[in-house]
Amino acid sequence: MSHPILAAYDLKKSYGRGPNRFDALKGVTLEIFAGESVAIVGKSGSGKSTLMHLLALLDKPSTGTVELGGSDTATLKGKRLNETRNKTFGFVFQQFFLTPGASVLENVVLPLKIAGIGSRSRKVRGHAALDRLELGDKAKSKANALSGGQKQRAVIARALVNDPRIIFADEPTGNLDSATGAIVEDILFGLNREQGITLIIVTHDEDLAARCDRRVYIRDGLVVTEEARVAA
Amino acid sequence: MRAIDVVGSAIGNSFRSRLRTTLTVLAIFIGAFTLTITNGLGTGINAYITDTVAAIGANDVLTVTKVSADATTTGPQEYSPDQITSGGGAAGGAAGRTTVAAITPADLTTIAAIDGVTSVQPSLSVTPDYVTTGSSKKYRLGLGSFVTGTTLQLSAGAQLDPDSSELQIALPVSFVEPLGFASDADAIGTTVQIGITSASGTQSVIDATVVGVSEAGLGATGNATANTALTTALYDVQSVGRSATAKDSYAQAVVHFDQNASASEVTALQGRFTAAGFTARTVADQIGTFKSVIDAIVLVLNAFAVIALLAASFGIVNTLLMSVQERTREIGLMKAMGMGAGRIFGLFSIEAAFIGFLGSAIGAGIAMIVGTVVSTALSGALFANLPGLTLIAFTPGSIIAIILIVMGIAFLAGTLPAWRAARQDPIESLRYE
Ligand SMILES: Nc1ncnc2c1ncn2[C@@H]1O[C@H](COP(=O)(O)OP(=O)(O)OP(=O)(O)O)[C@@H](O)[C@H]1O
Ligand SMILES: [Mg+2]
Repeated sequence: MSHPILAAYDLKKSYGRGPNRFDALKGVTLEIFAGESVAIVGKSGSGKSTLMHLLALLDKPSTGTVELGGSDTATLKGKRLNETRNKTFGFVFQQFFLTPGASVLENVVLPLKIAGIGSRSRKVRGHAALDRLELGDKAKSKANALSGGQKQRAVIARALVNDPRIIFADEPTGNLDSATGAIVEDILFGLNREQGITLIIVTHDEDLAARCDRRVYIRDGLVVTEEARVAA
Repeated sequence: MRAIDVVGSAIGNSFRSRLRTTLTVLAIFIGAFTLTITNGLGTGINAYITDTVAAIGANDVLTVTKVSADATTTGPQEYSPDQITSGGGAAGGAAGRTTVAAITPADLTTIAAIDGVTSVQPSLSVTPDYVTTGSSKKYRLGLGSFVTGTTLQLSAGAQLDPDSSELQIALPVSFVEPLGFASDADAIGTTVQIGITSASGTQSVIDATVVGVSEAGLGATGNATANTALTTALYDVQSVGRSATAKDSYAQAVVHFDQNASASEVTALQGRFTAAGFTARTVADQIGTFKSVIDAIVLVLNAFAVIALLAASFGIVNTLLMSVQERTREIGLMKAMGMGAGRIFGLFSIEAAFIGFLGSAIGAGIAMIVGTVVSTALSGALFANLPGLTLIAFTPGSIIAIILIVMGIAFLAGTLPAWRAARQDPIESLRYE
């Protein structure tokens, strides 16, 4: 394997100043390769979300570098930064963040709309993504008419509609019952296996973490252990 | 995001919370409606005045009065046998009575010598007692002196001939029926008798031919108009028993100047009159006084409409701040997905402008309907004797201007919420709980 698709070197992130200063990350180094599925595991407040935000270029580290495809991302700004995020990443959050009054299709094609893709092409690709998640018949329904599991599937459709190379999932099953959660997990790992999309899952669910190729344990802003799945 | 998608989403978003948008639109509607109506009033009345000035013509005529020596002092004025009290200008423009000095034959010579004056005539003020056809009742008659070069607005007949020796009169339309004529046209060519009392107290009757029936309007305030021959004849009768000096002193004189004089040349000419101790006013000056009064009133009314709009714009600020608040998550998500701050700003400020557009377009549209209905109704009733007056008139330019101004105000009101949305931190917005 050549370059990692996404890498963090000695990432530090602190909030506040002076006596209120809080170091959320204290020097995290992490390399993620294309096609991998990586779980970031740790207790509440350990810095998982902070790390994910830095990796997803939603925030800037205090010190340290984030490299995307081998190049430093510190120089990415404004339009180019937005474009990179739009084209490279898909997001799945614990909460769905669907616009309730809009149709499922409209919600799903939002990343394409932001990318500036024409409305006809948006429709075609939106339907394709929905079909892949077996939500084709719900395209015209209002988003708030969906069940929890359907909502999370719509969110996944939205995350992959723009053909991202990396999907970030922050507690993707946190809001779902275990049966529905398992289905959503299957979909995510299926995408990872079949389309080679890199998965970065933030979770404190050990079972979910166990299904990933690799687990990165974080405690108090530091990586404590990294373990690869024992090859069966 | 494409510009068309930004606009589309902004319009879509404004319909998401229908009640709130409707109420905000209603507030703007009231402001835009008022602004359209007040502007329409100004447009309608001023267009009427302009038309009247144009119809009267006489753009080569100045009405000249002599400035009384102590006209500028306030308080009681000292009596002088030379003074003549006159009521306003010929067109009934200026209200109130001003004391002017009499114009004497010597003054006429002075005026004729002023550079740019082609001719000067004293305007003879005659006050006949009555008019009758002989078989009808006698009606009190006001007589305006006819100024050469003016055009009467006639409903029947022809213009007066200033050079004819025939004694001609144009009656106002309101006299036609009382004098027993079947129609306006019926009056033309008939002879009417005009009663007039001389200074010595004897009443005589002079016959005059009706050549025209004049419409009432700003140019003719319900007075009949006589040609030069009739005016002179009446003046001669009226002056019997007065001294020659009294007969030869006039309240005002009418001056003609070069028809092709430019506006600045006219102003310069008026300046020379002022320097010589006279006041010279054009017809447009006299009628234009109305215009400035109308403009001032419309300005005040517009100010009220703008205040209403400002109040409404706070409604927009409020509405949009609420929706920014409600859509925090959505904004954060869009930013995380790579939507630029500029586009987010555009999304909200265009939504504001769209709300402004809705309010102003509906407001202006309904104002046009209401204005047209009201002015049609009034021109048939209250203003029946002012033919050609459209009280509330609309020009496409002013309607578009109003819509654009309101949209501009709405856009400005939207900038605060839009700016808030644009600088929102996606991580903050996407926090759980
Ligand atoms: N904006 C901020 N200002 C100050 N402190 C912050 C801020 N964001 C995060 N922190 C702190 O940084 C630490 C790590 O936060 P983070 O959100 O990364 O935790 P987490 O591992 O994702 O926890 P959880 O599992 O509960 O989501 C926490 O102690 C938190 O209080
Ligand atoms: Mg977290």
